Amino acid sequence: MERLGTVNWLRHYWWKLTGVFLVLYSVIAGLTIDVPDLPLVAQSIRNVFFHVCMWFSMIAVFFYAVICSMRYLATAKEDDDIKALEAVYTGLFFGAAGIITGMLWAKFTWGSYWVNDPKLNGAAVSMLAYMAYLVLRQSVNSKALRARLAAVYNLFAFVLLIVFVIILPRVTDGSLHPGSAEETPFAVAKMQGNMYPVFLSAAAGWILTASWIINIRVRTVLLKNQLK
Amino acid sequence: MINHIKHLIIKDLRIEWRQKHALGGALLYILSTVFICYLALQRLIDLRVWSALFWIIIVFVSIHTVSRSFIMENRKRYYYYQTLTSPGAFIMSKTGYNNMLMCVLSLLTYAAYTLFFRDLIQHQLLFLVTLVLGSMGLASMLTMTSAIAWKAGNSLSLVAILSFPLALPLLTLLIKLTKMAGGTFSTAEALKFLLILLLLNIIINILSFILFPFIWKD
Repeated sequence: MERLGTVNWLRHYWWKLTGVFLVLYSVIAGLTIDVPDLPLVAQSIRNVFFHVCMWFSMIAVFFYAVICSMRYLATAKEDDDIKALEAVYTGLFFGAAGIITGMLWAKFTWGSYWVNDPKLNGAAVSMLAYMAYLVLRQSVNSKALRARLAAVYNLFAFVLLIVFVIILPRVTDGSLHPGSAEETPFAVAKMQGNMYPVFLSAAAGWILTASWIINIRVRTVLLKNQLK
Repeated sequence: MINHIKHLIIKDLRIEWRQKHALGGALLYILSTVFICYLALQRLIDLRVWSALFWIIIVFVSIHTVSRSFIMENRKRYYYYQTLTSPGAFIMSKTGYNNMLMCVLSLLTYAAYTLFFRDLIQHQLLFLVTLVLGSMGLASMLTMTSAIAWKAGNSLSLVAILSFPLALPLLTLLIKLTKMAGGTFSTAEALKFLLILLLLNIIINILSFILFPFIWKD
């Protein structure tokens, strides 16, 4: 491996460094800045820097998986299939983290770990669909066929899930989450001005971290394949 | 293309007619499921339970019916189709055939269901439109997932695993519309939901048409 100069080193690693820096900043600032003292939510509003970012990362990662699947169907290169699979694993991890942080938050603000809320149900269903994706992969032996079927299911599922997670909550019952057709009184209140920079850097930081995780996972798989 | 689809559907109908036991099996499936529910529950007065039970029965009937349409194709005949027709025509014929079959079966399920349980639906027209559109949507979605499962080695449980998460957007809408049909609703709102349901059906069909060619080749 050639040694990289400082400039080249930065060119290679800037996004990883930015990701680490943004996540660190959001953790420290998220726990220390002033937040509005709202009824019900109180200090737990700080969870917005963690919980919401898990979902953003999950959606970003699943979106990347769909793009990889599309590329696979277009070109049939095995790398794209590996990328899609590793992105799905990473997305499931972030989804689980999002559900756990959300359940804790729900317990403190809405009184129980699970409430009947369109967004919660949508999240649970997407996790189920991607687990089904993994089951589908397990049940096919031929490599090329497995990759093709998985890519087709990924695209098919993604479009239906978009309808379920993004469009339906806006037209059906009010969600307890902000950003739905009708705001319910228990909706988590709006963020205050000074929270936005922290929130945005947390979101960007976690998405960059997720990309880094996928990057490492894909490289590991490729190396393993080379060794075989 | 249209001609291909027509002939493939006619062929499916002929096969169905020759194997009457399969259709009889589906009817028996409906009757016995509804009867088991009747024995367990005796009386249903709550609309929520009524609609939940009804749509669960419909989902199981459609999984049972639609997954059969690919299982009955054997490998040799499949190679023959590959030389004869295009993947688009093939999936559209399967989807169309399953749509017709599920329309009939879901109406029969409704009839059987109201035979045993009191009919809680007050606005029949709205409910019937919902039922037809909903069973067609389920049939289209299941046609695609059972095509995937069929290529993956033909297991019934895989069809169920793959399609349950994807059935939920449809079912949410259907249960919502059922509640409207059993209670009060405004026409504008009902039309809005029916339109979303229709759009969802169209999306599913377009996706199947685009994606099936990738499953088609070996």
